[in-house]
Amino acid sequence: MLTEPEWNAVLTSLKVATASVALGLPFAIGLGYFLARWRSAGKWIVETAVNLPLVLPPVVTGYLLLLLMGRNGPLGRLLDEFLGWRVVFTWYAAVAAGAIVSFPLMVRTIRVSFRSVDTRLEEAARSLGRSRLSTFYRVSLPLALRGIVAGSVLGFARTLGEFGATIMVAGNIPGQTQTIPTAIYSLVQSPGGWDRSWPLLLVSILLACVTLAASEILERRRERHELS
Amino acid sequence: MSYLDFRASHRFSTGFRLEAEFETDQLVTALCGPSGSGKTTILEMIAGLKQPHQGRIEVGRKVVLDRQRRIMVPPERRRIGFVFQDRRLFPHLTVESNLRFGRRQNGRPGDGIRFDRLVEVLDLGRLLTRYPRNLSGGEQQRVALGRALLIHPEFLLLDEPTAALDEPLRDRILDYIARVIDEWRIPTLIVSHVREAVLRLATRTILLNQGRIVTSESASLL
Repeated sequence: MLTEPEWNAVLTSLKVATASVALGLPFAIGLGYFLARWRSAGKWIVETAVNLPLVLPPVVTGYLLLLLMGRNGPLGRLLDEFLGWRVVFTWYAAVAAGAIVSFPLMVRTIRVSFRSVDTRLEEAARSLGRSRLSTFYRVSLPLALRGIVAGSVLGFARTLGEFGATIMVAGNIPGQTQTIPTAIYSLVQSPGGWDRSWPLLLVSILLACVTLAASEILERRRERHELS
Repeated sequence: MSYLDFRASHRFSTGFRLEAEFETDQLVTALCGPSGSGKTTILEMIAGLKQPHQGRIEVGRKVVLDRQRRIMVPPERRRIGFVFQDRRLFPHLTVESNLRFGRRQNGRPGDGIRFDRLVEVLDLGRLLTRYPRNLSGGEQQRVALGRALLIHPEFLLLDEPTAALDEPLRDRILDYIARVIDEWRIPTLIVSHVREAVLRLATRTILLNQGRIVTSESASLL
């Protein structure tokens, strides 16, 4: 049903989305907790910076990333000189783009879930001899797990659908950086492509459904576990 | 020997001022007073969950707080068992995991509180695999008490241990507390707004009103 380049696009999409979430998740958890717990004057600056990719057109995000990671960009030059990595127009660039556009969604969801964790339980843990860190791992994190899973699913789905920033920094190279959305775009641009793009459309819809169902099942299982 | 030496002064943003000073050498001391008089705040300061603006707190022979000398032992290193009024059991853990949650710090030699014995004394055997949300108020109270005891506390704080329980249950919880104190001889401070409830346990009562100590005397005199 799918041609080989199309299969490659599906695999690249899954690979990029998984890596983006894996890359962003530790930071999203840390920042989500920080934003939920700390009250300081400068907090809004951090909050604005985190949320920026949410309101910025992805193409602009991609453009800025290109400036940063391109061969003459500050980060790009560093990576090239010290590690010999040329990130732009590889699937790593797609991961960077995906991590950045999905990051605000993850942080927002995770922050809300941390905020719903009762601080009195954290106090109780401290009085029971647990350090701040141990309290975080044994009380705050497990109680916020549902939101962390939800945030990851949301980030995963967002990265699967990422187009603008990805095409700017990673391009649309079949077999390398072509993802489902960029592959569909290419197909539609080519003659007769309208008729040949439906398998990828179906895969896209299927992936969205599977992702949603997976998060639903995880949540139900957890609920049942807690009620037992 | 004094079990607890408390001196603190704190001004809240609401304007409420806590200015309290007391010392106790009794195994069980009751801290009584109307609601809003600052009882729970005193417990939180002893446990290290709140820091007074000024003060000095000594538990056993350990100074856990001295603002002047800038000593502030964090709550996790005070070894003070705190049984909260709202119990604060961890909803994601079974009763057994709740009980074993505390980090046991080197217990006094030969004086340990064994898990099995604790379960026996507090009648927790049937409850171990359950989750807190499936427990009655009295059962939750016993689990909270057991959890605090398993850190081998040097001092025990009980905040309204009989609150939200009806009369017969209230007496039973007090029986359990009496059993615990009898068995392990842990110096205890009990907060209650119902003075009668703790009179049978405490040998000394401290009365608090609007952030100040009104009287401090042996229970037998009251």
